Amino acid sequence: MFQHTRLNSDQNFFQKVKNLDFILIFCILILSIVSLFVMYSTDGGEFLFHTKSHLIKLSVFFVLMIVISFFNIKLWHVSSYFLYIATILLLIWVSFYGIRVSGSQRWINLYFLVLQPSELMKIAVILCLAKYYHRVNIEKVNSFISISFALTVIIIPIILVLSQPDLGTSVLIACSGLIILWLGGVKIKYFFLSLITFLISLPFIISYLQPYQKLRILTFLDPDRDPLGAGYQIIQSKIAIGSGGFSGKGFLQGTQSYLDFLPEKHTDFIFTLFSEEFGFIGSVGLLLLYIIIIIRIVRIGVLSRSSFAKLFCFGFAFAIFIYISVNLSMVLGLLPIVGSPLPIMSYGGSSMLATMIGFGIVLSAKIHSKQVIA
Amino acid sequence: MINKNFGIRKSDIINRRMFIIGAAKLIIFGGLIARLFSLQINDNKKYLTLSDKNRIREWKLPPTRGNIVDYFGNIIAGNLKVYQLHVIPEQVENFNYLISRLKVILNLSNKRVEKIKKKKKQLKPWESLIVSENLSWDEFSKINNYLYELVGVKPVMTISRDYPFNEIYTHVLGYVSQPNEDDILENEVIQEKFVPGIKIGKLGLEKTLENDLIGVNDIQRYEVNAYGKRINQLEYQKGKQGSKIRVTLDTEVQKLCAELMAGKAGSISVMDVYTGEIIAMYSSPSYNPNSFLFGISQDEWQLIRNNPLKPLINKTLSGLYSPGSTIKPIVALSALENGIMDTNFKVRCKGKMELHGQTFHCWKEKGHGWMSLNNAMKQSCDTYFYEIARKLGVDKLKVTAERFGLGKKVLGEYFENEKAGQFPDTKWKINELGKGWVLGETLITGIGQGYTQTTPIQLCLMTAQIANGGYKIKPKILTDENQLTSEQVKKAMQNTSLNEFNIPLYDDPKNIRIIQEAMFSSTNELYGTSYKSRIEDPKYQFAGKTGTAQVKRISKRERELDLKTFQIPYEERDHALFVAFGPYKNPRYSLSIIVEHGGSGSSAAAPMATKLFKLIVDRHQYRKQIPDYKEFNI
Repeated sequence: MFQHTRLNSDQNFFQKVKNLDFILIFCILILSIVSLFVMYSTDGGEFLFHTKSHLIKLSVFFVLMIVISFFNIKLWHVSSYFLYIATILLLIWVSFYGIRVSGSQRWINLYFLVLQPSELMKIAVILCLAKYYHRVNIEKVNSFISISFALTVIIIPIILVLSQPDLGTSVLIACSGLIILWLGGVKIKYFFLSLITFLISLPFIISYLQPYQKLRILTFLDPDRDPLGAGYQIIQSKIAIGSGGFSGKGFLQGTQSYLDFLPEKHTDFIFTLFSEEFGFIGSVGLLLLYIIIIIRIVRIGVLSRSSFAKLFCFGFAFAIFIYISVNLSMVLGLLPIVGSPLPIMSYGGSSMLATMIGFGIVLSAKIHSKQVIA
Repeated sequence: MINKNFGIRKSDIINRRMFIIGAAKLIIFGGLIARLFSLQINDNKKYLTLSDKNRIREWKLPPTRGNIVDYFGNIIAGNLKVYQLHVIPEQVENFNYLISRLKVILNLSNKRVEKIKKKKKQLKPWESLIVSENLSWDEFSKINNYLYELVGVKPVMTISRDYPFNEIYTHVLGYVSQPNEDDILENEVIQEKFVPGIKIGKLGLEKTLENDLIGVNDIQRYEVNAYGKRINQLEYQKGKQGSKIRVTLDTEVQKLCAELMAGKAGSISVMDVYTGEIIAMYSSPSYNPNSFLFGISQDEWQLIRNNPLKPLINKTLSGLYSPGSTIKPIVALSALENGIMDTNFKVRCKGKMELHGQTFHCWKEKGHGWMSLNNAMKQSCDTYFYEIARKLGVDKLKVTAERFGLGKKVLGEYFENEKAGQFPDTKWKINELGKGWVLGETLITGIGQGYTQTTPIQLCLMTAQIANGGYKIKPKILTDENQLTSEQVKKAMQNTSLNEFNIPLYDDPKNIRIIQEAMFSSTNELYGTSYKSRIEDPKYQFAGKTGTAQVKRISKRERELDLKTFQIPYEERDHALFVAFGPYKNPRYSLSIIVEHGGSGSSAAAPMATKLFKLIVDRHQYRKQIPDYKEFNI
């Protein structure tokens, strides 16, 4: 058993390199390059702050991803709980000493990066639960203690993130966590029951929402009720995407973003800009790229021998999927506006860091797919 | 190996559940793509339109007004380049400092500065604020000298209306100025073309021909950002200058009219007796329309408004006067036409006439003795006309007077202020005043006093229709592309076959000849009232009739005093009138002159005709040389 618990691998460096998932890396690279071009466009066709910063972050985090991939997957298994607790501590620290921007206290200034721990929590919660469900006995999955533990793992960060306040990220954390519960084998019945409970309690939840959050939901239901106010973003986003047409207005030709009609074009609405300039073809292409990435991640999960690796890969793949679909639904006017970045594409270090760490662990799982974890 | 078994079972569960999730992912991605399709492919047009509406803003610029030219193509209302000073507030660092600098450089008044500051508050920071609408060249170059220290200041060259002949044409053309709310509401064309800084016609032809003159705006299409700031110009759509309008007036004659009327109140009109073209139409005093272009100063406005000679009234069309003796040709004609008398009919003038105990005076106290028509007209014997008016009756007289254009608007469609005046009859008095007609009123109507009210242009038209042999003409002030020349119209009139110009106003053409001859005698024979103003050269020789219209009843005492004009207070002096046509042998033009409170027609009005006919007849050769409007492209 000793060799199974060792953290160093039996593969040498070149074998590890050979075992990397090059298709996944290639797709991530393409996505990174596309995101750079789009960022360049948001800067009005000039190599300015956002593009530079995005380029630096991409380069650093891409290297970080590769470095992470060479660590044995067991290392991540061993350190999962620690990473989760560390992130919780960061969240607590943020709630006391974090930077406050426009009413929300979410960030820690690390000088080279303004870190948003809630973004890291999206990965940490997957790691933590993946480890838990890797270890828990299959018979005990549906026991009260087991489910309570898993839910506690999810609810603690959610409470911390909601208090920032940040509804969007907490919803995404919840989704990432719950998917592990689902994959781990929690009875489908429970999911249905909790879904029904959620729907019933929805009116009460809404009454506890912040006024601006209620407004967002109302605006989502009818964007035209205040076209210059709350509905402005969603209307302008739809105009931008719709006017892109089949082949788009062309690179750097997106009038909606170029003339500042698009809000948040660097971050949450980056897809809108992309879609305006590259049209239906570009948008579907981008979606395909994401789909390939997700499929590659799922494939790695399927190939992995350890439940931990499987759970992490599937969970992470689902998380990526959720980020994309929530972000796209939002900019396409299918969901209320909640702050949710588009992985890799959106400007923002923490989100990219978390995503790249996730990719790194997935690649590590690929290299060490034969690894059995006790 | 229990552990391993668990591991396999667990993997199975995980893989199976992953598969379910995978299916859900596919459905959701499918939904997103469907949504993309619906937005980008199905509704593409709708969103493209919305996007263009977002980004494209149109700026209309004031259109260039059409020129108005006189008969010979001289521009009488044109456009002038003017220098303006604009300030773009968003480019200015310290607005108050800038304004205080400009105040010094341009010598702006405190009031003006306050106005500018107020205007600035109503504008968006990128909209240009007009500090001065009309800089002199000196000011313009001064500003250019200081430009380096005046950031945000933009000297601009633009176009403004210009009336090169100043006050000569004011009552014909009117003037342009900034539209007020009513102007915009009333006229849809102005509504459509309105931009800040546009000038519209406020009076006269400028107003009535607004829709032709206004032109089409230049349009600048700009791409703007979300805050409305212009980013770049996409298109510059050149507008169109408004249509050119050519009037029938002759600037040279118009100038002479102004010269003759200088310092007097009154009107001169000159008309072609065949085509009805108005050669000159001047109301005195006039005022300078250029003063209104950039907002008239309060002082200047008060000066114009309070002038006792009433420059704001277009006396030619809106001034109502008793025709005085100038009506006599019509009275005589009416009597002849109705067979009341003939040329041999004589009346003895004893200086006054008694009727039902009332005395009616002739202007000549001693009386004229036995008067025939020709003599009575020549010496303007009132008694003669009392007598034939009495025999004729006012109702028959009115028929003739109306036929010749009295009591009706002459140019109504072009000048909204024109008055119709009135020619009374028995029915009119019952309806209007509720009283029966008195025979005495017929008598004074016969010498152009009483209820009769005429405008100078009516008298001119009346004279023209006598001069052309008694044919109806339609006076006009605008040239018309297909119009016939004076000579052609003359031929058409005298042609016995029916045509649009051959509309006789007489029953017997001989009667018209008699009146013409009588008017000739009045000017060209000894004792004629306008004999002193005659021209013997047949080229210029004219026939006319003086008139002296009382503005108040002359009391017995005043009659005995027999005061000279200058001894009477201005407002009580008689209006001097004169109507004439010439050259007598081949009549071309008719005119009417009115000098308000000028005294007698023969001394105040008729001498002007001498100068006028000399010029008009000379100008006729030039006028004749311009054959066709189409060839005449200015």
